[in-house]
Amino acid sequence: MTDRAGIYARIIELIEPLNPKKVALAENTSFAGDLEIDSLTVMDLVASMEDEWDIVMPLNMLPDLETIGQVADAVTRLVTK
Amino acid sequence: MSDLFSKFDPLISERAGVLAKGVRDPFAIVMQQVKSPTVAVIDGRDTILLGTYNYMGMTFDADVIAAGETALRDFGAGTTGSRVLNGTYQGHKECEEALKDFYGMEHAIVFSTGYLANLGMVSTLAGKGDYIILDADSHASIYDGCYLGNADIVRFKHNSAEDLEKRLRRLPPEAGKLVILEGVYSMLGDIAPLKELVGIAKAHGAMVLVDEAHGMGFFGEHGRGVYEAAGVADDVDFVVGTFSKSVGTVGGFCVSNHPKFEILRLVCRPYTFTASLPPAVVACAATSIRKLMHAGEKRQRLWEMSRKLHGGLLARGFRLATETCESAIVSVLMPDQETTVRMWQAMLELGVYVNMSRPPATPAGVFLLRCSLCAEHSAAQLEIVLERFGQAAAMVGLFETAVEVAAE
Repeated sequence: MTDRAGIYARIIELIEPLNPKKVALAENTSFAGDLEIDSLTVMDLVASMEDEWDIVMPLNMLPDLETIGQVADAVTRLVTK
Repeated sequence: MSDLFSKFDPLISERAGVLAKGVRDPFAIVMQQVKSPTVAVIDGRDTILLGTYNYMGMTFDADVIAAGETALRDFGAGTTGSRVLNGTYQGHKECEEALKDFYGMEHAIVFSTGYLANLGMVSTLAGKGDYIILDADSHASIYDGCYLGNADIVRFKHNSAEDLEKRLRRLPPEAGKLVILEGVYSMLGDIAPLKELVGIAKAHGAMVLVDEAHGMGFFGEHGRGVYEAAGVADDVDFVVGTFSKSVGTVGGFCVSNHPKFEILRLVCRPYTFTASLPPAVVACAATSIRKLMHAGEKRQRLWEMSRKLHGGLLARGFRLATETCESAIVSVLMPDQETTVRMWQAMLELGVYVNMSRPPATPAGVFLLRCSLCAEHSAAQLEIVLERFGQAAAMVGLFETAVEVAAE
């Protein structure tokens, strides 16, 4: 699925195993603040998203991607590019 | 007004929690006296050093010390300047000549530390629109070089040729690419499959930089590093290294055959905008590097000691980060932070210093007691070390804890 809604849904699935505290996942859930995911785990998550959609998500994009919604936007942009 | 230090509160309280249990701070060791490459006085006690990366034991080599003393007397305590202004002395050029001879390369540039060498090379080589493709377990200095520069950063799974290939294939063919690898990875002591990785990088038109900080002196025919042992010297564009391990002093460098290499002296900010190494340091380094060209006996000894420690720890039931002895780093896998710190302290009290390593410095969240060997370690010292490991493990109940963790 390569539309925004489909991408968002799949990102939620990819994050679920990294969310042992079962924080509610929504567009504005933040990785560092809400999910308390460390930077190494975030980089692993990026790798799995790259493989999922066959895209390149350079690590230097990460500082601008604080929430799940922002990541979904970035992936959508890269997929439709 | 908000306190800028608030962001460190979680780490401050985690440390306080560990120290409250009565253990001493593993990151605040003071060497009161250093007696040899393998023995120092800590807390007033003679302690065997098993975590210093002083692989070839050059810190107290008589020729190295003599060269340093002469340079200190003749050229003074420091250069007070950048390499590109008043900070290049004859000794800096002699040190670069020694590196060119050691590596059989056309160009060598000496930085003030190994950290600065990676910071400078990585941030300068790849610019806007270029790609850096780095191993996930790369050293902090490589990651920091990425953040200082403007290239797009792509990370591949540690030592995975398949993952590197997949990520290179996604990049625009015409874009500039720099693949960054390390010969020996310093946390687990594992080595990279450089033949495969370098081959893939070249097939995709990338330039290759290999950090040989932990391989210099005892891998390959001339001791140049893992890349030499892997037979890929002709395909490696840049080799980065350090003086603070096998060479036995401090400093960093890069060697290359690239015809335009010398321009880096003017465009590489971590080279240009810092003071050069003191005359005594470059004199020590040059002498040590030249001696390392003929250190066959030491190399052999270092490997012998490393295998002995690796095999001895396995035989005593410890879990190690590598199945076989791959380098002069032997890392013991530990179950959790508390057991690691307690065991580290028990070792220290028994007169053996090892490194405690914890996430995020370590990959995959592992806790380690990391040992590195020195060619000057004696067989008797190694016997003591193995015995102390057994005693310390019993003191902290390591094997009971390990069984519980495994059973979970």
